[in-house]
Parts: sequence; C-alpha cells; structure tokens
Amino acid sequence: MTTQSNATTSRPGGATAPEVGPTSTGSKATRVLGILALAAVALLVLLGLWWTPADVIQDESVRILYVHVPAATLAYLGCFLTSLGSLMYLWKKSRWWELVGYAAAEIAAIFTAVTLVTGMLWGRPTWGVFWVWDARLTSTAMLMLLLLGYLAVRRLPADYHVRAQRASIIGLLLVPNVIIVRQSVQWWRTLHQEASLFADGPGATIEGIMLFTLVFGFVTFQLIFAWLLVHRFRLAWLEEQVAGQGLTAAIAERRAEGRSASGAAPAPIAPPPAAPSELVHRASTTGPEVAS
Amino acid sequence: MWHDALLVAGKDLRLEVRSRVALNQIVPFALLVLVLFAFALDPDRGLLERATPGLYWVAVLFSGLLALQRAFTVEAADGNRDALRLSGLDPAGIFLGKAMAVGVQLLVLEVLLGIGVAVLYTTQFAGWPLLLATVGVATVGIAAAGTLYGVLAAGLRVRETLLPLLLLPVLAPVLIGSTRAFEAALAGAPAEGWPWVGLLAVFAVLYILAGVLGFGPLLEES
Amino acid sequence: MDPTETVAEPGPSPGGGPSAAPAVRLRRAVALLGSFPALAGVDLEVDRQEIVLLRGPNGAGKTTLLRTLAGLVPVTQGEATVLGIDLVRDHKAVRPKVGLLGHATGLYDELTVADNVRFWCRAARARAVDADAAMVRLGLDGRLRNVAVGRLSAGQRRRTSLACLVARRPELWLLDEPHAGLDQEGRDLVDHLVRDATAAGATVVMSSHELDRAVALADRTVTVTGGTTEDDARPPVPGPAEIPEGQDSTDVA
Repeated sequence: MTTQSNATTSRPGGATAPEVGPTSTGSKATRVLGILALAAVALLVLLGLWWTPADVIQDESVRILYVHVPAATLAYLGCFLTSLGSLMYLWKKSRWWELVGYAAAEIAAIFTAVTLVTGMLWGRPTWGVFWVWDARLTSTAMLMLLLLGYLAVRRLPADYHVRAQRASIIGLLLVPNVIIVRQSVQWWRTLHQEASLFADGPGATIEGIMLFTLVFGFVTFQLIFAWLLVHRFRLAWLEEQVAGQGLTAAIAERRAEGRSASGAAPAPIAPPPAAPSELVHRASTTGPEVAS
Repeated sequence: MWHDALLVAGKDLRLEVRSRVALNQIVPFALLVLVLFAFALDPDRGLLERATPGLYWVAVLFSGLLALQRAFTVEAADGNRDALRLSGLDPAGIFLGKAMAVGVQLLVLEVLLGIGVAVLYTTQFAGWPLLLATVGVATVGIAAAGTLYGVLAAGLRVRETLLPLLLLPVLAPVLIGSTRAFEAALAGAPAEGWPWVGLLAVFAVLYILAGVLGFGPLLEES
Repeated sequence: MDPTETVAEPGPSPGGGPSAAPAVRLRRAVALLGSFPALAGVDLEVDRQEIVLLRGPNGAGKTTLLRTLAGLVPVTQGEATVLGIDLVRDHKAVRPKVGLLGHATGLYDELTVADNVRFWCRAARARAVDADAAMVRLGLDGRLRNVAVGRLSAGQRRRTSLACLVARRPELWLLDEPHAGLDQEGRDLVDHLVRDATAAGATVVMSSHELDRAVALADRTVTVTGGTTEDDARPPVPGPAEIPEGQDSTDVA
C-alpha cells in the first residue's frame, strides 16, 4: 500500500492531523490481493461443486454451507472491526480507525445478507421452508438490523464529526448488543428443545475433504473481505478528503464577504492583498501548512 | 451528579404533570394496542391467553417509544439544548435524571397495562416476585437504552424515524427476556425465569454505563 | 518582543485595574459551523467590567461570536481566552461562568415562570433566594410567577430568560439583541441591569441593531463583518501573521 502520491493530496482542514492517504483505491498490494482472492474463489468453486462428495443427510445442499458458514463468521468479524474502529475514534480521535470501522460495517452488512440468503437457500431443501426461527438465522437477522442502524446514522447528511461520533457510539455498542442478542436468542431457542432439525451448522460429522473445503472457504472469504475492506476504506478516505478541503479558501471567502458588504474596505489588519494568491498565502500562515 | 439527576428528573416529571401528555395520549395508546391485538388474534381466548406475556411487552415497548420521543421533544424546543449545555449540569446527571423520569412513566404505564391485561385478556397473575423483578429490571434497561439512543437521535432532524430503527433491535433481548420470564411466572415455574432476569440486569448495567459515559459528548452539537 | 502583547493570567481577577487580565482575548480565532467558517479570524479584546457592543450586518457572525465566547462553539484555529480559560483546549470549562441570552428562550413552555427560573437557577448551583430576587427585578413577580411560559407574550418570555441569566450571576454576560421584543420599560430595565452588573464586576458583550440605545450604553463598539472584527476605536494589535515576509518578530517596535 505504498504507492500514494503525497504531493497531490491536500489535508482536510479539520482539527485532527491526518496522515496523507492514497489518491486512488487501487495499488500493487490490492492487485496482488485481488488475484489471490479470485484464484481462491475459483478453487473454492471447484472444491465445493465438484471435488467434494454430497453429504449423507443433506445431499447436495451441504455445498451451500461452504459459503454460508464463512460468510457468517466474517460478518461477525466485520462487526467486531466496526466496534474496534468506533472505540479508537472515541478514545483517540483516530479518523483512520473510524473509516476502517465504517468500511467494515458496510462489508459486514453485505456478508450478513449473503449469510441470510444462503441460509434460506440451505433451509428450503433441508427443512422445506425458507425461514425458521433458529438461533443462528435469528441472530444474523438481528445483526443485520443493528448494522443497518449504524449505517443509517453514519450516512446522515451532516458534518463528519457529528456523523462519526454518533455512529461510533452505536458502533461501540454493536459488540455488546450482538453478544446479548445472541445469548438471548440461543437460550430462547434451545430451551424449548426444538428438534435437531434446527441444529445450526454442519456439526462434528464433517471431516476429510469437506472439512478442508470449509476451512478453505474461510480463507477465501477472508481474502475477499480484505480486498473489499482496503478498497472501501480508501474510497471513504478520499470522500472525506474531498469534503474537508477548502477550509482556507472558505475562510478567505468569508472575510471577503465583509469587504464587499460594507462597500469601501475598512482598514484591514494586514495590508490589503493585491492578488488572490497573497490572500491564500496569508491565510495559510495562520493555520496548518497546506501542501501547495 | 445525583443532585443534578434528581433536579432534572423532577423537572421532567413536573413537565409531565403540567402537560399530561403521557396520561392523555400515551396511556390510551397503550390500551388501544391491547385492544387491537384482541382484534387481530381472534376472540379465541386460548390464543390470547398464551400470547399475553409477549403482547404485554410489545405494548410496553411501543408506548415506551412514544414516551422517549416525548422526553426529547421537550428539549428540542427553542434553545433548550444550548441552555442545558450552559447550565453547568453534569451530563451524566442529566442522563440519569431523564432516564429516571422515563422509567417512572414506564412503570406507571406497565402497572396500567397490567390491569388492562388482567381485565381484557383475563390473565391470572402468579409468581409475583418474578413478575415484579422482571418489570423493575426491564424498565431500567429500556429507560437507559432509550435515553441514550434518544439523545443520539435528538440532535438530528430525522429523529422520529431514526429512534425506532435504532432502539427496537437493541431492545429485542429485553423483549425476549421479559416475555420468557413472564411466561415462566404465569406457568408456575419461576425457576426458569430468573436466569432471564439476570440477562436483563446485564443489559441494564451495560446501558447505564454507556449512557453515563456517552450522554455528554452526544449532547454537544458536533 | 512586542510590548503590547499580554499574557493571559489564569483565574479571574474581579474588579481589576488596567493591569488585570482581560476578560476576553481572541486572536485570529476561527470557529466552524460544520465546515463553514462562521468566524474567520477574529481579534477581540475586552477588559473586565467593560461593555462592548457588536454591530454588523446579518450573517456577519455576531451570534456565532457570542456563542463561541459562551463556550458552545469550539475554536479550531487561533487563540481564544475567556475569563482566563483557554477555549482552544477546553471550550466547555468556561460555560458555568457565562450567561448567554440568545434568540431562543431556553425555557420549558409547559412549566411556569417560577418553575423555569428556579430550575435553571438550581442547575447553576445558585441560591433559591437569587431566583426569587431575579424575578422581582425583572417584574415577573405576582400573577406572572405561576403562568406557563408558553402563555406569555414574547416580551415576557424574554424577561424570564433574562431572569434566569441574572439569577446565575455570571462573570461574563453575552446578550444577543437584548432589547429586541421588549417594551420601553423593558429596554430601560436591560440598560439598568447591564450597568449594575458591570458595576458589580461582570463584563458585558452584546450585539444589537438598536444602535442609538446600545451605543449610548456601551463603552466601545466593534464591527463584525465577514466573520472578522474591526475595533471601531482602538487600533488593532498586529500579530506575527501580519509582519511582512523577511522580517523577524523582533523587528516590530
């Protein structure tokens, strides 16, 4: 991730001193990551669809689990990252971490949707219905709702700091909320001893090449997650850069408002600037250095 | 902090006494919800009876949402947020005060709904210790979480639609827990219900902490 | 070193003479509302017990300046010291010491005048006696005490807000168009209150469009335009940014 061009990025005029970030979301590292991910997906498809046998009980539909289980795990991982990013923003005011959290939340939402859909696709042949209120599906649905709440706040049309702070409080509470929800749903569904039909996941009987495929599925999804995360993070970073630019220009404009409004310029504090560039220079010496 | 909390709680409750919004609007709404459930679930008494705990708590949640919206509407008016920030009140105290006021209103609501349920659904109450403990702990949790998310949504213009979206998924465990506890109490098997009270207590503690720490920053504009 | 530069001393020094720290000292202060620089480099110095009037066109930043002095808006660039507290570092610390009368009333409409004044008074840890005295002073005694604020006229509501401010006895009064909405008697009352407050050691910064009355009341006028200020009487003190390139700060006499 070292191909940033430092010279062309300006810093946002906010209070935090940001590190210079990338100017495009692609880089050598992401290309390598992307190729690995694609290769892994190809391999997973081969493994999942051809090279592994059908399950004794679940028949062909077990293949969906190679996608469903990793997606679920990574959705929770993404949620954890969001909480971590929120914590770092609230604690250290780290804009970098906050953006990581935001990107992770979006990707986690996608993976949660994938989990829900694949869960339903698995459920149809196995249980005969698209949806059952078993512990895993219900918890995942709740995770989706919690993430949507976070994203709704994070995406409000408001100032960065307003959005980030409020979303971070929600984000920080994501992990405890998810834990409590999972716990309550699990107690609820297992206490009633619903039949083993609703036991979630493949269970201990998986072994051999099927186990390998499952683990490989984890690896594949991690690669996809990482690739998506890097790109989404960079995109968010650039979005914030664009939004934060122009503070010094805005200051100059604001001061000029006064001049034009009052007609003849009253005696200014400094000698009146002859050209706009001087105004920018003068304004820039009052604040952080602007890369010109 | 406690001085400020009691001051704010007193102010909010005094506001309620003078304006009677909860009494005139929220209580009837809660009872209306109970009646609507009876319409939706068919006068088949067996069905209503079995579903009573869940219906009760759903009615509590929806009415609670209204009470929370109201608690922040009064602060949204005319520069009151500025005045609160300038007042010198400890933000943690403001949080506790508002949560306490909402909690008191919720308790009154729950008692009235309990009467409503006893009358409309002919519920036989049993297992009082468990029932009371559940109501107590659940109310604390709802009030604390609601006040935290309420102030979060309060500064934003989309407050009315945002608060339910944020709060209801968070309160889902409270719904599950209180309903199960009530079921256990009514079925005469309270031993099954107490673990749920434990879960509700954990939830309440989490949100009291989160509120005390987070209310201050959220009260600021930016 | 520029001899007119003074270092802000920590802590208030009430009733101090010319050598005491100024109540307000802003240098090239920038305050953002969102990403808009409402204050784009403000220089302002107000001595203790001084009455300063802010004037300027709509949208110039007078209200934002008052709110910044109250500690409601953070200062992102420049220097800002109010009553000895550095606003850049911690803008919230100054709040208990100031009283702000804004455009909005800051009152609970469904509560009575007495409820409101007592609540805000107790919130500021002032004595209940002060609350009652303030209500008397503002002419809110008697029947009006127990009327819900929502039922009062705009002028009476303004008086109630003023009563809440007066009861707190702040060191710095920030008044945003205090005369607006008040009748003749009310306006005279405001003038009396301001003079009494400064005599007792407070400092007052106010904005007004009622120039006749306000200029007579104020010791000094400052014009606010385009997010900056110009002192109408005192020449501004140059800071390092205004020194032309190539010179050292020590070159300035």
